[in-house]
Order: sequence, then C-alpha cells, then structure tokens
Amino acid sequence: MSTGNMNLTLKVWRQKNNNAKGSLVDYKLSDISPDMSFLEMFDVLNEGLVDKGEEPVVFDHDCREGICGACSMFINGQPHGPVQGVTTCQLHMRSFKDGDTIVVEPWRAKAFPVIKDLMVDRTAFDRVIASGGFISVNTGNAQDANNLPIPKVQADSAFEAAACIGCGACVATCKNASAMLFVSAKISQLAQLPQGQPERYRRVQSMVAQMDAEGFGNCTNTGACEAECPKGISLENIARMNRDFYSAKFVSEESI
Amino acid sequence: MASFGNAFSSSIGKKLIMGITGLFLISFLVVHCLINALIFFNDGGLTFNIGAHFMATNWLIRAGEIVLFVGLIAHIVQGLRLTFQNQAARPVKYAVNNGKANSKWYSRSMGLLGTLLLIFLIVHLSNFWVVSRFTGIPTVDANGHEDLFAVMKASFQDIKIVILYVLAMVSLAYHLLHGFSSAFQTMGWNHKKYTPLIKGLGIWYSILISLLFAAMPIAIYAGFIN
Repeated sequence: MSTGNMNLTLKVWRQKNNNAKGSLVDYKLSDISPDMSFLEMFDVLNEGLVDKGEEPVVFDHDCREGICGACSMFINGQPHGPVQGVTTCQLHMRSFKDGDTIVVEPWRAKAFPVIKDLMVDRTAFDRVIASGGFISVNTGNAQDANNLPIPKVQADSAFEAAACIGCGACVATCKNASAMLFVSAKISQLAQLPQGQPERYRRVQSMVAQMDAEGFGNCTNTGACEAECPKGISLENIARMNRDFYSAKFVSEESI
Repeated sequence: MASFGNAFSSSIGKKLIMGITGLFLISFLVVHCLINALIFFNDGGLTFNIGAHFMATNWLIRAGEIVLFVGLIAHIVQGLRLTFQNQAARPVKYAVNNGKANSKWYSRSMGLLGTLLLIFLIVHLSNFWVVSRFTGIPTVDANGHEDLFAVMKASFQDIKIVILYVLAMVSLAYHLLHGFSSAFQTMGWNHKKYTPLIKGLGIWYSILISLLFAAMPIAIYAGFIN
C-alpha cells in the first residue's frame, strides 16, 4: 500500500480509557506516499501495529469525504492539521515534508472526555442539539418548495451556517474550549428561515443553557474557531446568537 | 430579577457584563485622557488644574465616579471568574498548541494583560486618586486651585514609575486592541457594513489613547513639560 518516499516520526497520544493516564508514544513510519490522506497514513501505522501484535490506535472516522464530521485529530497544534478549510480525512501527506515529526492529540475539553487514544466523546453536541436545535412540523404532505419567499441573502446565510458538520474543531482549538461557534451555527441555520421562527427564542435559551451545562468554556472572541473551522463557519453567527439571546431574555415576555 | 431567568449567570450573560463594562471603561478613558492632555498646554499645569478641580468638585462627576468604580470592579471580578472558568474547561492541556496559526496573542492573553493593568491600577490610584481624594494635595497653584499637576510632576521624577506607566500603557494598548472590537461582537453588534469600521476605529483608538497616556510621564520626566 505505501509506495511513497516519506519518512515520518509520529508522536501519538495513547490512552487506554477515560480513567487511564495517557502519554505521547513515538512511532517511525517509512515509505509514506505524499498522495495519502492523513487517515490513510494512520491506516498504514495501524496495519503495522496489528502485524506486530500491538493494539492499533483508535481514532474516529467515517465518510472520509470531509462531510460527516467524524474525524477529529489535533495535528501539530491545530485541529484537522495545518491546512485551512479541510477535515483530517481531506488532509494529505503532501502538506508535510519528508522527515517531519508530527504530534497527534485528541480534542481536549472537559466536555469532550477521551474514550480511547484519539477518540473523544462528543455526545455533548448531540445533547445541545436535542435541547432545541430542531423545528416542529406537522405531519402530512410536505409544502411545495419555495412556497415561502426567502430573500436570497438570508437563505445563503442560513445555508452557510448549516454547513457546520459538528466535528468539534472549534471547541478543540478555542483556548477556552468554548462551543459558541457550533451552537451559534445550529441556531443560525434555523433563526434565519421562516420555519425556525416559532421556536426561535425558546431555542436559543435552551441550547445556550445546555451548552453551559455541558461544561464548555466562555467565548472570548479570539476568532480561532472561525480560522480553524473546516467549513468556514463565521463569527457573525455568534453575534447573531448573542442578539437572539438578549432578545429572548430581555425583550420576550415568555420566560423558560 | 427572577424574570430574567439565568440571563446573567449564563455564558453569554457573563460576556455581556464584560462587554458593557468594557465599553463604559473605554468611554471613561477618553475623558481621562483628554483632561490629562491639558498638561500639554505647558503652562505650569494651570489649565490642567482647572480641569482637575472641575472633576473633583462637580457633583455629577463625583456620582459618575461611583458608577465608574462599580463598572471597574465588575469588569475585574467577572474577568477573573471567566478566566478561571475557561481554564477549567480544558483540564488536560495540549502538548503542542499552535495558537498563532489562528489568533492574535493578545486576544488569547486578555486575562494576563488585564492582571498587569490591575497591578498598575493599584499603583496609579495610590499615586493620584488617594492623594486628591483623601490625603490631600499639599500645594495650590497661581489660580488658587489644588495643584494636582505638582503631584504629577513629583511622581514622574522617578524613572521606575515612568517605566511602570509606559509598560502599563503597552498592556493597555494590546488589551484594547482586542477588547474594543470584541465588546461590539459580544453585544451582538456585528454587521457587514459597520464591523470593518468598528475594527478600524478600535485600532486607532487603542494606539492613540495609549500613546497619549504614555507621552505624559515621558514628557514630564524628560522636562518637556514644566
């Protein structure tokens, strides 16, 4: 499988389970092709480990097309590695040089406990979504598409927010392990469309409350999340979430 | 307050307090800087002392001073709380973290910069505020006003104080460089048309305010102002 010419030193975080103490372990890899994806390079590493009778490195991955949000490695101090706008599965070894040392760690946040090695538990995100990141619709026939006129700018902005794949890179890179970019994207994709209006102000309160309960940090507007997001989710969403939150708390007469 | 639910204990509410108090302190700095800049009339502090006398005796200003201290303390206490909470949100640190790839160092160091400013503030308040409000200004100027300028001149003969003030103003510049536009973002005031203006204004504001403040101890120490 590996037919390339790159020699690499990997420092990979190994941790048996959430309670165990983890550490960085060195692995030497040779003949790595620059055309491999980062995860394929890890497949090579794991095949080698299995051949030697050692435990392979556990890491999250699914579609390997950059759209599912499963992969999650913190590579040389950046989530999804050094290339902007890509997930780890879409990062290729040509972004590294022969002889490089690459440090790979799991997402680190209190709200994302390590399950094993590089795999973390991101169900905190699921619970945030379940607390309000949905719309209620009646059963029956779906309405005709384009039945409700939506300005193009607004539709585009909602769509851009909806591009969030929930990978958690924003939390991983934020110095405060804040989930504001994720939560604001999930709020913004609905808040800008007519279908999202009935629950708009309940939603923002519930989701922010759940976000806080999960133990994520507070946003300090460093902008690291936006810079590292593989889907280019904008900080404008956080400002929108803040506005909606203030409206819900200080203007709305309904309290939840 | 119960009807506001947990608005102020939520992460966004806590940030709101930082934003409001931050913008308030930003507006205070403008007043403070302009009045201090009266020393540049270079008239032995006569004009400056008129300003200082007005600030010390006008009842509206004195009432505002109480609001200022409330805002300042809220900003400090909330800032420290947020810093500790945010550190606790990542109990295990990264072995390698390439922060400079995605954000400015000063935006990640607001707690540190703020702490430096707090240390400066303690020295600063004991230098001037305690003197003018409590222990009393020893001399009067030609107009019969309390000579705060003389206190200022005496303080800035000490090179250590001058260096402390200049370093504090460097901290202030970086603190504001992030804080100014960040406050607007927290308030939810993000807009395609205005945000670039706010960011530009924030940079100019941070640099000008800090330069003007830093110029005062330097000018006095160097003897440009008499």
